[in-house]
Amino acid sequence: MKAEALENSAAMQGPWSISLPTVKRFKIKAGRGDLHWGDRLFFWLMSTAAVGICGLLGLILAFLVYSALPTITQFGWAFLVEKSWDPVNGEFGALAFVFGTVVSSLLALLVATPLSVGIALFLNELAPRRVAKGIGFLIEMLAAIPSVVYGLWGIFVLAPWLRTTVQPFLGDWFGFLPLFQGPPYGVGLMTSGIILAIMVIPTISSLSKEVFRAIPRANREAALALGATRWETMRLSVLKSSKTGIFGAVILGLGRALGETMAVTMVIGNRNDISSSLFAPAQTMASIIANEYAEATTSLHLSALAEVGLALFAVTFLINGLARLLIWRMKGRA
Amino acid sequence: MEASTQQDPILRIRSLNAWFGESHAVKDVSLDISPNAVTAIIGPSGCGKSTFIRCLNRLHEEVPSAGAAGEVLLSGMNIYGEGVDPVGIRRKIGMVFQKPNPFPALSIFDNVVSGLRLGGVRRRSILVEVAERSLRQAALWDEVKDKLHAPGTGLSGGQQQRLCIARALAVDPPVLLMDEPTSALDPIATAKIEELVLELKKQVTIVIVTHNMQQAARISDRTAFFLMGELVEYGETSTVFTVPKEERTERYITGKFG
Repeated sequence: MKAEALENSAAMQGPWSISLPTVKRFKIKAGRGDLHWGDRLFFWLMSTAAVGICGLLGLILAFLVYSALPTITQFGWAFLVEKSWDPVNGEFGALAFVFGTVVSSLLALLVATPLSVGIALFLNELAPRRVAKGIGFLIEMLAAIPSVVYGLWGIFVLAPWLRTTVQPFLGDWFGFLPLFQGPPYGVGLMTSGIILAIMVIPTISSLSKEVFRAIPRANREAALALGATRWETMRLSVLKSSKTGIFGAVILGLGRALGETMAVTMVIGNRNDISSSLFAPAQTMASIIANEYAEATTSLHLSALAEVGLALFAVTFLINGLARLLIWRMKGRA
Repeated sequence: MEASTQQDPILRIRSLNAWFGESHAVKDVSLDISPNAVTAIIGPSGCGKSTFIRCLNRLHEEVPSAGAAGEVLLSGMNIYGEGVDPVGIRRKIGMVFQKPNPFPALSIFDNVVSGLRLGGVRRRSILVEVAERSLRQAALWDEVKDKLHAPGTGLSGGQQQRLCIARALAVDPPVLLMDEPTSALDPIATAKIEELVLELKKQVTIVIVTHNMQQAARISDRTAFFLMGELVEYGETSTVFTVPKEERTERYITGKFG
């Protein structure tokens, strides 16, 4: 490790810190000025693409802010804490959608996190390599299924099953909890949460797997040599030192769940209300935009939808940034 | 011959073979390890010495595609016998590795007592007592007694290695295996570990793999020389290093190959 660090620092010092004139001249010679014209063209094309993508991000942000300006000026922060959403009377408050987004996403994480970490442990620590490859591939394929297909499956299979079997059962046995009260609709927060869970499992499990893979074999042998069982080895050497990494993976999954639109719109029931029951239909920030944008007629309505989009953009941007930061920090340490 | 080597061996190894997939890493090795002595395993890189020692606590088989066959009798019981749980064996035979490997998420204290906790010991008073005893045995107590709850990975390399020794000693194993324990350490840290080995052999039988012949000569009572998976020569260290029976041993210790 020490040798590596030395090498790295030597490399870091390379052309930057050495100021001998000969070296400088060499650097200029190898600079862009002397490139072949084809290389120069390629360089400019590629840099335009790279800079352009950042510019695009800025343009989207600018568009959202511009479109949302009428509601931002009219409602201010109240927009985010008011519940009533009445396009006809020009009242706009996004709280119900914020609530629907947060609850369905948290429910998804609650279901997906233990499953995903379990899958990652199984694939990395227990399964024979060939089996792990096969199953790993299938799980990554889950991420390739179009979300509208998840939505269809949710409508035709998951929601009826929850309505006829799971929700009545929960209502009978755990109905004393506010979470499981009210009529079982099928479509609603619970269905969206489960669909979202399935959709974020590939994200969380493949990232957790990367985190586990970064742990050196020596750490596992330390536990094994002390007489740890397989499970104890995983707990001592693998799980305990991957907390930050798993957290990062979960946050990245959250980023995906928050913004998911199609599948959620199809199964959440689309009711602009806040209910304590997971059986109740709701609405998310993404689903309200998908549902109403085409039909919005007043400019204030459009502006309100744009502001919902702006809020969603800001939240997912921050969440993803945070997750990347955590995972980078984790990789740097391993 | 010294009296100590006349005692009943604590480990009897009979026709031990080990493989990595198709490659035959340890070939039909038989030898006896005397109690309360230091046995050094020497040989050039790739001679199977590490694989051999990893067979003694059944750690070798944890590597995918690895296999072992033969008999290893620990005080008369075959650890490769039918129905023997390798997990139980590894609690009796401690091991220290090439690179210090304290558990990164655990404090110094938690590292030392991790073996006890795995064995189900929960009483705080016992844990505290054993932690101090083991750290003293590993000659680390004075350096860490004021920061027992600091992370183990914050120590220097040599200290980390002594922490790993303390962790192995905490469960009071009759045998301690050391797989090139000083190869990642500087000369001062190495000297400390060697001193420690000489001190520890009063209480525990030590088998140490080393690629450093001077180290084997300094600290071991008996030396086994491995070459290409075979045991070439085994005997009193003084004999092996001064009047080896085999020409191959002589050529290795005089530096003509390897």
